[in-house]
Amino acid sequence: MSNFLQYTIFGVMLGAGYAIAATGLVVTYTTSGVFNFAQGAVGMVAAFCYWELVAAHNVPVLLALVIILVVGASIAGALVERVLMRRLHGASAERPVMVTLGLLVILTGVATLVWSPTTERQVNNMVAGQFRLAGINIQYQEVLIIGVALAVAIALRALFYSTRTGYALRAVVDDPELLSMSGASPNRMSQYGWVLGFMMAALAGVLLAPTQTTGISIESFTLLVVNGYAAAIVGRLKNIPVTFAAAIAIGLAENYVVNYILPHLAQNLQPDITYALPMVFLFVALVTLPSVRLRAVGRLTTVRTPRVAGGYESLVAGAVFLVLVVVAAVVFNGTVVQGTTLLDLGGLVMTLGIVGLSLVLVTGYSGQVSLCQFSFMGIGAFVMGKVSGGGSVLGLILATAICAAIGALIALPTVRLRDLYLALATFAFADAVAQGFFNDGRIYGTGGVTIGRIVVPGLSFGGDRAEFILVSVFFLLSALLVLAIRRSLFGRRLVALNDSPAAYATVGLNIGVTKVTVFAIAAAMAGLAGALYGTVQGVVGTTDFDIFPGIIFVLFVTIWSIRTVSGAFLAAVTYVVLNQAYPNGIGLFAGAGIILIGRAAGGILGIEALQFPLPWVKRSRTTTDGASESSLGAAAAMGGGTRAAS
Amino acid sequence: MPPAEAPTTEGAVLTVSDVAVRFGGVAALSDVSLSVRPGTVTGLIGPNGAGKTTLFNVISGLQSPDRGTVHLFETDVTSLKPHRRARIGLARTFQRLELFGTLSASENVQVGLESGRKFSDVPRLRRLVSRRKRGSEATGEGAAGGHSACDRLLAGVGLEGFGGQQSSAMPTGMARMVELARALAIGPKLLLLDEPGSGLDEAESKALGDLLSSLAAEGMAVLLVEHDMELVMRICDHIYVLDFGDIIASGTPDQIRSDPMVQAAYLGEASSPPAAGADATTGGTGAAGATEGGGRP
Repeated sequence: MSNFLQYTIFGVMLGAGYAIAATGLVVTYTTSGVFNFAQGAVGMVAAFCYWELVAAHNVPVLLALVIILVVGASIAGALVERVLMRRLHGASAERPVMVTLGLLVILTGVATLVWSPTTERQVNNMVAGQFRLAGINIQYQEVLIIGVALAVAIALRALFYSTRTGYALRAVVDDPELLSMSGASPNRMSQYGWVLGFMMAALAGVLLAPTQTTGISIESFTLLVVNGYAAAIVGRLKNIPVTFAAAIAIGLAENYVVNYILPHLAQNLQPDITYALPMVFLFVALVTLPSVRLRAVGRLTTVRTPRVAGGYESLVAGAVFLVLVVVAAVVFNGTVVQGTTLLDLGGLVMTLGIVGLSLVLVTGYSGQVSLCQFSFMGIGAFVMGKVSGGGSVLGLILATAICAAIGALIALPTVRLRDLYLALATFAFADAVAQGFFNDGRIYGTGGVTIGRIVVPGLSFGGDRAEFILVSVFFLLSALLVLAIRRSLFGRRLVALNDSPAAYATVGLNIGVTKVTVFAIAAAMAGLAGALYGTVQGVVGTTDFDIFPGIIFVLFVTIWSIRTVSGAFLAAVTYVVLNQAYPNGIGLFAGAGIILIGRAAGGILGIEALQFPLPWVKRSRTTTDGASESSLGAAAAMGGGTRAAS
Repeated sequence: MPPAEAPTTEGAVLTVSDVAVRFGGVAALSDVSLSVRPGTVTGLIGPNGAGKTTLFNVISGLQSPDRGTVHLFETDVTSLKPHRRARIGLARTFQRLELFGTLSASENVQVGLESGRKFSDVPRLRRLVSRRKRGSEATGEGAAGGHSACDRLLAGVGLEGFGGQQSSAMPTGMARMVELARALAIGPKLLLLDEPGSGLDEAESKALGDLLSSLAAEGMAVLLVEHDMELVMRICDHIYVLDFGDIIASGTPDQIRSDPMVQAAYLGEASSPPAAGADATTGGTGAAGATEGGGRP
């Protein structure tokens, strides 16, 4: 009984920490419409700053808290809103997600540079000591966390429902235009939201830091907040009391599972279940959410769409590409860069290029953000390595098929919901798989999975040249496939669904089927890419398919252009080159890049100044100029002059 | 207040019975009933905020009602998803444009035309293959079947030759016509139009009226939300007036024009009836526009 009480107190305390972070997410989301994926990273940086001030420089606790929470977090939150987020009004729906992910990788990247991961950093309780109650020891720190969380909840409730600013804060997402007519500034409200969100993330960070018995670590502390995601989702990203209650429930459930269920399980299952818990919570939350109402939002895409290459044109370009590949295979055979052969690096570019193509399909065309394409790669590589000794064609096929099935399973519970939830589900999935599967020697094999070069009777791909050409052919085929899909009936539907879900449904098309199908296809492509990646690398596992490399890669594709095949390819080149040259700083490049690109929908390749006329392309695609010119003609067709509206 | 004269629901394409929708504490629709018969244009008018778009959302499945039922022909569709209703024969346009903005005008229509197709449409694949075998002579009728239907639809709404334009780059009036063509592309038996006339000039809106009349003459049922009173009075066979979520009157254009309740509710303090007679063509639209806060920019 006293054990139960002890676990309960600790669980409530954990939950209270999650609750502070989660309500921060909800506040930012309701006031700015942006889900801040960097919330955990903000808490992490705050915890490290706290350690730096208190443990390393002996600053008094209260002063440190004022510096971090009142000064640091609020200025940072205001700056992020003003400099990064405000520019994104009117950008495509996935862009704010990308920018907060950019912030996430920047913060973790900077933290890695400042606080070397090899040092252990133990944070002491803010208030020392404990007392006995009902036969158990309760630490003052536990009481402090629970008390602070309650105070935050009550203060927020009062702010939102009893003050004028609170009403304005709640109105800003529903109808910014209406709000600005009432005299309040949506920008100001949004800024308050970011400041509050940052302060609460930092508060959760400094409060939870002492609970990390093995010291605070950058990655695990950043991801601790995934539990907060689940709570925020149960609160449907708007209901603070429900979010708070859900966070407490999650903290309790986590602590009960760890103390009551884990000891009864086989030793080799224990850590995996702990890692899978946030994922389980998130999925339960997603499945039980009521479906979102389709809304006609009147959003009109005004971006110039990249031209889609025709069938003949892409075949010719493919042939040229193939010739270049063969030439490169001959010229660079045997060249070694930093201990890796150049052709192997080229092979990595091709396989990552296929992952980039899967992102073009799922995010570029249909607008759904997937953050777990690297996880599918890892699963694909794993399947490849386990089927007939690695390197078989059957392995390739199975890797593709199994990833398609898993992809459909992940997309299924989220199709009824807003696209943001798919991004969240894929984030949680990537996290769970990376920590509980790829990093675990007992499942993934100590030191990773060994995969051989592909063996086809009568053909040998053992040499670097043959291997490079083989994966290049796979990339080429994938590119032709993606372009063919875009030109097909299905491709038109993907783009249409992205442009207007409401119109998509009212012309008689099934949104759910389309979303699950495209996600499964993209997962299959990533699985195939992973299997091929394995044949290039030889051994894969541990950190190859971590959540952060996956996010960084998504950012590079977005930076170059997530709607084009060349964007996918250039992103792969960028990733492989930077990962070779600056493995620790690659996240900083990706984060800075996405921030610089801002709202430019077409990425670098879409920048107008970089467009050059292709001699074989007729300039028949429309621009705004063309439209205004022709509106006169249209009006004439309808029998009169025009009053050019809009 | 019960409707003055409700048309019989027998043989109706659409029957809405006692539909109620509340948003928080506000009743957007309270016990609204109406029906639309094949081969007619039915008008739905009322001041802004009367609940017209909410009713359209209920009928097309974007909003589920708190109470009441919606029938398409004999089928109770109240709990069906929007795409299932579209497959029964319901198409709509939106007050705030919902175009597939990255697609060209003809691709927008194409998506509508192809909405009945499955990706794994075996007979179609077989036709495609056999067409390839027959060679280039067959490309005229068969292969371009989709395209010519698309061209016909675009020509029908006055957009001949503009199929290649990106739809989001089009001015509002033209964009509305793309939406209309896309709605027609699914071959609807019932067409819901949410302010198709806003953003159109006089000549364009006359052409629109003629088009809707001819669609009705071919047997289609049209339910029209429109602020252009001249257009509504000219082409509608039956009109419902919605105010604060209630049907306050229904009847022929003449009955509506002379209904004192309508004048009071719809025009507020203005004494002249909406677009009474030919001399009020511009005055009617102007008055409606004024009470409605100017309509679209």
